[in-house]
Amino acid sequence: MADLTTNFAGIRCPNPFWLASGPPTNCGEQVMRAFDAGWGGAVWKTLGEPIVNVSSRYSSVDWNGQRMMGLNNIELITDRPLETNLREIAEVKKRYPKHAVIASLMVESRREAWHEIVKRSEDAGADGLELNFGCPHGMSERGMGAAVGQVPEYSCMITEWVKEAARTPVLVKLTPNITDIRTVAYAARRGGADALSAINTINSITGIDLDTLIPRPNVGGASSHGGYCGPAVKPIALHLVQQIASDPEVGLPISGIGGIGGWRDAAEFILLGCGTVQVCTAAMHYGYRIVEDMIDGLSNWMDEKGFRTIDDFRGLTLPKIMDWQHLDLNYKIVARIHEEKCIGCDLCYIACWDGAHQCIHLDGHATPAAVEAASRARIAVTPIPKLDAGNAAGAPGRRVPRIDEAECVGCNLCWLVCPVPGCITMEQIDNGLPKQSWAQRAGQ
Amino acid sequence: MSAPPAVDIRERFPDLHTALDSQSAVAEANRCLFCFDAPCTAACPTHIDVPRFIKKISTGNLKGSAVTILNANILGLSCSRVCPVEVLCEGSCVMLRYNKKPIEIGRLQRYAMDWFYGSHLRSLTVAAPVGVRVACVGGGPASMACAAELRQRGVAVTVFDNRPLPGGLNTYGVAEYKLRAADAQREVELLRSMGVEFRRGEVGADGVTLEQLEKDFSFIFLGIGLGAMERMGIPGEDLAGVMDALRFIERYKTGPNFPVAGRVAVIGGGNTAMDAANAARRLGADEVHLFYRRTEREMPAFAFEYDRSKVEGVQFHWLAQPLEILGCDGHAAGVRFADMQLGAADASGRRSVTPTGSTFEFACDMVIPALGQSRLTALLAARGIETIAGAIVVDRPTGRTANKKYYAGGDCVNGGREVVDAVADGKRAAVAMSLSAEVNHG
Repeated sequence: MADLTTNFAGIRCPNPFWLASGPPTNCGEQVMRAFDAGWGGAVWKTLGEPIVNVSSRYSSVDWNGQRMMGLNNIELITDRPLETNLREIAEVKKRYPKHAVIASLMVESRREAWHEIVKRSEDAGADGLELNFGCPHGMSERGMGAAVGQVPEYSCMITEWVKEAARTPVLVKLTPNITDIRTVAYAARRGGADALSAINTINSITGIDLDTLIPRPNVGGASSHGGYCGPAVKPIALHLVQQIASDPEVGLPISGIGGIGGWRDAAEFILLGCGTVQVCTAAMHYGYRIVEDMIDGLSNWMDEKGFRTIDDFRGLTLPKIMDWQHLDLNYKIVARIHEEKCIGCDLCYIACWDGAHQCIHLDGHATPAAVEAASRARIAVTPIPKLDAGNAAGAPGRRVPRIDEAECVGCNLCWLVCPVPGCITMEQIDNGLPKQSWAQRAGQ
Repeated sequence: MSAPPAVDIRERFPDLHTALDSQSAVAEANRCLFCFDAPCTAACPTHIDVPRFIKKISTGNLKGSAVTILNANILGLSCSRVCPVEVLCEGSCVMLRYNKKPIEIGRLQRYAMDWFYGSHLRSLTVAAPVGVRVACVGGGPASMACAAELRQRGVAVTVFDNRPLPGGLNTYGVAEYKLRAADAQREVELLRSMGVEFRRGEVGADGVTLEQLEKDFSFIFLGIGLGAMERMGIPGEDLAGVMDALRFIERYKTGPNFPVAGRVAVIGGGNTAMDAANAARRLGADEVHLFYRRTEREMPAFAFEYDRSKVEGVQFHWLAQPLEILGCDGHAAGVRFADMQLGAADASGRRSVTPTGSTFEFACDMVIPALGQSRLTALLAARGIETIAGAIVVDRPTGRTANKKYYAGGDCVNGGREVVDAVADGKRAAVAMSLSAEVNHG
């Protein structure tokens, strides 16, 4: 039976599923309900300088009828008094001593200000501190958040200040809005950070209302860039996490964030080295209850794979990610169409012709335009048995495309567009050539 | 038979398929795989680019969606309601091979059409005049499609129709829960807005002759459809209370307050028989019995039409051929039928029927024969237009008849198929006439 208990940089919790700093962790009542639902930890909505929020605050990108593929927000840090938040942190810790409560912090860039917020947070009972160097909107205009996270020297300096006062583990939350995320990871390490959280939200404008010409979210006829998150950002987050996880000069535990909505996402982040994962958008979309399947699904998968603890599979995928120059140039796959499963949509045909290498064919080697013209020129009639007797033309049959394997470059596009699982498979061809990478070939 | 209550047609004949709201239309549109060289498009006689118009619904480009439909099929509105999509576009949807529900193409098309006719557009662009005039004889779907295509190619068109309202069977012959006469008239208005002239007059009578049309027009398109319904040729056919299916449907669609009561016998096994039987139920008949001389398996009606009639409560009787309509005081009071039995298959593969020798009588208050329509051949031979078994012979890709000045399409050519087939015929003929005129004019 899988054991999900986690010790992340010294912070202990029943499972690796944390709520990320954001609206779901705005107050103690929420965090306690989240813990009741099963969350292993919560990073409190960022404590710091007094702020005022605007309305509206969120906008989203829907895709093909699905809501909130991506979410964007222009909300700032907590708008509740610091005393209230600290009192509630203490209350939560008293009632839930085994769950992790992390205080997310963001104050002006003064050593005393940081020392004070660190001390008060730890006095309230926080199990750890997460330095918000990533908030990309609003706070950055006041010299905080991403304004710090985009300058390695500032990040290092403030991390040092925090470490001077901190008694609990310090996590530095990284912004993706930077050319090379590793530069800030190195700076955090130099400043003494105990762990990293990655990634924060990505600068974004989600869309524009084509009637009013005003971008979303609309705040009195205007908008501002926000921070993008949700399922859409997961591939970007996975890459940035991998960059810092596989860099020995970083060498810190990572709490993975970015588009995690289910156990599969979580497993992927852990396979890239994360010790915990943080969730916000999915909880905002569906509520705290989603954690039940995250725990259940991950446990079942671990049992099936024979992993007893999180550490048993943490980082297992990292060695399988390398620079392109080390990939095997002689590895050869081709697409195969399994006729019995083909429904005749011919999306693979048009994708290969227009988007790849023209090696899938329908009628001889006819171009797409010729194929279409031929069927438009055909005279079709409604089948009426009485009138069609003895002259059964019937509907045109299913057209299964043909792959020219000699021309197929094995790009995967047809397999990606095919709507039927298992209809197109990519199969390895033994070309008898030894493994050879570009690095090897160029070195010869 | 007691005096039946007045009938509200709209209430009795609500839409068979309800309209999609905008949210479900977009969700349904997003389900479309956007097949290349899509089978639905190939199956549609007018080759509407189905994935293209559906994609446009999903992007909110409803004008583009409607124009995509109308440029391929000017009767996109009526076709979206009357097409037997189960054997056409939806029947060829790849989703069926995927064990999924086919995309609801008919309802999506209706969604785009409802938007179009509810918008301020309600017209399509026409080309500059090219100095060619065409007369379309008959005001039904074939002529309407021909006229619209010709207008888009700059040809002047006059449509001659002998009925009070143009539209042919779309106006007078389609079951009310599929298409209302008022909707058929919206399509007539669309054609008028494109410059099509409609003239009421019976060719061969009313002072309009084919000889005269030949002088006044470059080409003549014959979209004259089929004639009146076939008579049964049995005693009692002219009694009160006997009304053929087309007249019955026309009567309830065009005249208010047409109550039906008591027991009704419908004779025939085609789609029109089903329409009449269903209508009789909805108009108030206590019982509707349909008699067909073969069996369920040989019945020409579409399977879904048969299913619909079963749902409506129509009772079916197989292997029964009418011998005589029995009267009482000049009014139909019953039908005497011969019991039939199935014999060997004929050349077409359908099994023949022969009388068993026994007969039975069925008491009823109304008889609706629905034996198919006769074919019109008068006038044509004299103009050098070839016909076989009453159907005009044409070159299929062009619709051209043996007389190069005449083109033809729709039921008078194909023997009575669907609206969409007539549209395809009319469109092909229009293209051919337009190209032929270009050649003639150098």
